[in-house]
Amino acid sequence: MISADIQIVMPEILLAIYAMLALLAAVYTNKDKSASLLTWVTSGLFVLMGLWIGINGQGTQTAFDGMFNDDGFSRFAKVAILLSAAAVLMMSEAYMKRRGLLRFEYPILVALSVVGMMVMVSAGDLMALYMGLELQSLSLYVVASLRRDSVKSTEAGLKYFVLGALSSGLLLYGASLTYGFAGTTLFSGIIEASAHHPSLGLLFGIVFLVSGLAFKVSAAPFHMWTPDVYEGSPTPVTAFFATAPKFAAMAMFARVVHDAFGHIVSDWQQIVALLAVVSMFLGAVAAIGQKDIKRLMAYSSIAHMGFALMGLAAGTVLGVQAMLIYMAIYVTMNIGAFAFILGMERDGRPVTSIESLKMYSKRQPLRALALLVLMFSLAGVPPMVGFFGKFYVLRAAFDAGLAWLAVAGVIASVIGAFYYLRIVYYMYFGEETEQLDGKMNPVLWGFLMAASLAMLIGVINLFGIEPIAQAAAEALVH
Amino acid sequence: MSNILSLTTFIPLGGAIILALLLRGDDAAAQRNAKWVAMSTSLVTFVVSLFILSNFDPSDTGFQFVEERTWLAGLQYKMGVDGISILFVMLTTFLMPLVFASCWNVTTRVKEYMIAFLLLETLMLGVFMALDLVLFYLFFEAGLIPMFLIIGIWGGKNRIYASFKFFLYTFLGSVLMLVAMVAMFYHAGTTDIALLLSPEVSFASDPITVLGLNIMGGAQTLMWIAFFASFAVKMPMWPVHTWLPDAHVQAPTAGSVVLAAILLKMGGYGFLRFSLPMFPIGSEVMGPLVLWLSAIAIVYTSLVALVQEDMKKLIAYSSVAHMGYVTMGIFAVNQQGIDGAIFQMISHGFISGALFLCVGVIYDRMHTREIDAYGGLVNRMPAYALIFMFFTMANVGLPGTSGFIGEFLVLVGIFQVNTWVAAIATTGVIFSAAYALWLYRRVVMGDLIKESLKSITDMTKREKLIFVPLVTMTLLLGVYPALVLDIIGPSVEALVENYETAVAGFAPVTPVASH
Repeated sequence: MISADIQIVMPEILLAIYAMLALLAAVYTNKDKSASLLTWVTSGLFVLMGLWIGINGQGTQTAFDGMFNDDGFSRFAKVAILLSAAAVLMMSEAYMKRRGLLRFEYPILVALSVVGMMVMVSAGDLMALYMGLELQSLSLYVVASLRRDSVKSTEAGLKYFVLGALSSGLLLYGASLTYGFAGTTLFSGIIEASAHHPSLGLLFGIVFLVSGLAFKVSAAPFHMWTPDVYEGSPTPVTAFFATAPKFAAMAMFARVVHDAFGHIVSDWQQIVALLAVVSMFLGAVAAIGQKDIKRLMAYSSIAHMGFALMGLAAGTVLGVQAMLIYMAIYVTMNIGAFAFILGMERDGRPVTSIESLKMYSKRQPLRALALLVLMFSLAGVPPMVGFFGKFYVLRAAFDAGLAWLAVAGVIASVIGAFYYLRIVYYMYFGEETEQLDGKMNPVLWGFLMAASLAMLIGVINLFGIEPIAQAAAEALVH
Repeated sequence: MSNILSLTTFIPLGGAIILALLLRGDDAAAQRNAKWVAMSTSLVTFVVSLFILSNFDPSDTGFQFVEERTWLAGLQYKMGVDGISILFVMLTTFLMPLVFASCWNVTTRVKEYMIAFLLLETLMLGVFMALDLVLFYLFFEAGLIPMFLIIGIWGGKNRIYASFKFFLYTFLGSVLMLVAMVAMFYHAGTTDIALLLSPEVSFASDPITVLGLNIMGGAQTLMWIAFFASFAVKMPMWPVHTWLPDAHVQAPTAGSVVLAAILLKMGGYGFLRFSLPMFPIGSEVMGPLVLWLSAIAIVYTSLVALVQEDMKKLIAYSSVAHMGYVTMGIFAVNQQGIDGAIFQMISHGFISGALFLCVGVIYDRMHTREIDAYGGLVNRMPAYALIFMFFTMANVGLPGTSGFIGEFLVLVGIFQVNTWVAAIATTGVIFSAAYALWLYRRVVMGDLIKESLKSITDMTKREKLIFVPLVTMTLLLGVYPALVLDIIGPSVEALVENYETAVAGFAPVTPVASH
């Protein structure tokens, strides 16, 4: 019995063991000198594990009496998390090394947070969910303040920690209410208890749970930490925050609302729809005035989370499928955009002001073009793939009878288009100023080009992601 | 032969890719190569599109040369042309070589300039051929990107304001259309335009209440409004036309030509392809509003054109006025009206394109578009004076030019529907004569007294050559309109017939007052 259970959680166990062994090895050998190697090994392991889960996994299995699920949905999320984490690690190696930030703890903490994320998306029980969430969050708090001698980085870590703790508190309070009124922490039990006329206590539980989850996906009005943490953290860490944890948190969100409260869609639908609408508009409006590209990406991510939540608000297979596709596209776009941001340097020092991009297209036409494609994709302008993300989500929302949400969403996307255009404007129409350095790390260059090419070529068939996402959504939605 | 539409659409894209990948450097030789590659690509496209025209059977009112492949999300990649769309395809492929010829003097970032126009050509052709809602939307919307860059990079002093206004204005209109498309997908279960056009598919038209308003025509009216938001901005119709003068004034000459001659026609094409046949009841409910808006547009923008000091702005306002005839003709929904509207769009493509090229000719020499900076050009530029005169007359609608046929047919069509609107619109003919002739008088006639103009030279051979096809087409269509009308006739007839059957059972109900 136990051996079968362990078989199912094998990837998580292996990754955790790897992280701890690597920690021991690095501590007792040459510490930071091996950090570079460790980063590459870790990202290689992520890729291998992603492929293993993606190719090998099939069917739906549960372990530990339903506390842990291995189904199409969790596998989809895990592959996305592993691959994006691997990409970010590869992109950050050179950047961190040159600035003396590459300590051996970095890849190990990332690996541990990835273990946390994998547990989060597979959880079948509120306790398992919380365990995964905290493992992820604690690793991320440390990574955020990786630049120990910088006030901003430390501030980012502390802010993230305090607000993260608050959100965990909300989540736990919701979990305890749910447990109190449902009599169990297992999702399979909660869904039975809530099937017919859920009690008021259970509804309160949902509200608190959703608030806590909204913190984690940085949906407005629980978004306050995002811009500061994005700006303060070292850029590779920001890139990481914008990708894998966002995907994991969104998948966990879907897991909770569908697995535990799948029979009372209408009760949480209105909360999620409200979060979506507020996030879309706040992200769109607040980003307009930003001068720092990392802060801009923070607000952009808030707006994108709003769109993903719109898919979730539909509460249908189509909605979850739309959300998964949207998130996969969002993560790819962000990897490309952050590959570019990581390469923004002047005299070897990182630059993050948007104005430094003035007339970039004259010196570096190809890179400027790649960023242009990514920006239009983020804005959701066809034929870039970003448009299809929006299309799936709009369709799901409309099918679920949320036409008003779809209309609000497209209006927000027009407002949002303004600031993506502003970046294009600086690169192509602005006046010439002091130029950025011409050299770019080949790894970053590769990711930038690959991501923007994917945004163009994906229009043919989205790389076949559609049926996979559909299968994943069907595995989740009852 | 079976893929000829895709071939036509994507040849320019191929040219753009070749330019982007193979051409290096920015010296004079490289620039010349870029221009030649672009030019020959557009010529090849034109030749290929002639095959479509020669094999097109006007008597068949369905779609021809249809290609179909499954795509993602239940959509399909489907292309086809019918009597309504084929001439827009031809207009595009015909004008693009002239556009490239007109930008032979460009020297800044030539390669990118050519790539932008080639991409734009692919996207414009796609718009007129797409037979899937989302595919249409994709082409329609993607065209904003190259145009945004063309205005923003190669435009005039105030180009940034103009490019942002252009992009955001049209983007806002289009996204509402996207929501309506999603709604259609939901209700009809398909995005295939050919299926949606068939009489079997119709959308609910029972009155519904939204936010306390009783909406006659129900869902159809709502969807009609969403599509209208997009096409009215694109057209552009009064009062959402304000982006156009800015965009025109700031855009480089070639950009203005494409904008006026082809991009604006997407709005009219959209009305004919979507609004009328798919939402007949919505059109019936909202039609009178469009007629009045068009009448206002014609009179108001003609008056505004009178007081302009910038030549391009004047022509831009005259475009808005002429597009007023188009929308009016379309929503008259009879054979003459729609025939006239399509004819007017085609003819306006030649005439407004030529007028912007005329402005470009003197702008290249003097670098100003101020009307006051000119005067008496006839003394030094006789050939220019002649050509400008010809197109001024065509713009006014002189019989014998294509401009006359379009306006006349539209007025005949609208007179049967609404005499008042027809009467008001007819005054526009006089106004248009006023501003066009006055412009001509101030720029070309009189004595050449301005010192700066003393050394101005007449048109070069290349410039004259560009105008030859435009003059030919304007005259040809003016004296032999059957060339166009024979092709569009049967399709328009079918469109009007379907429309009338659809609205026959519909009687606008007056909302009952509730207690």
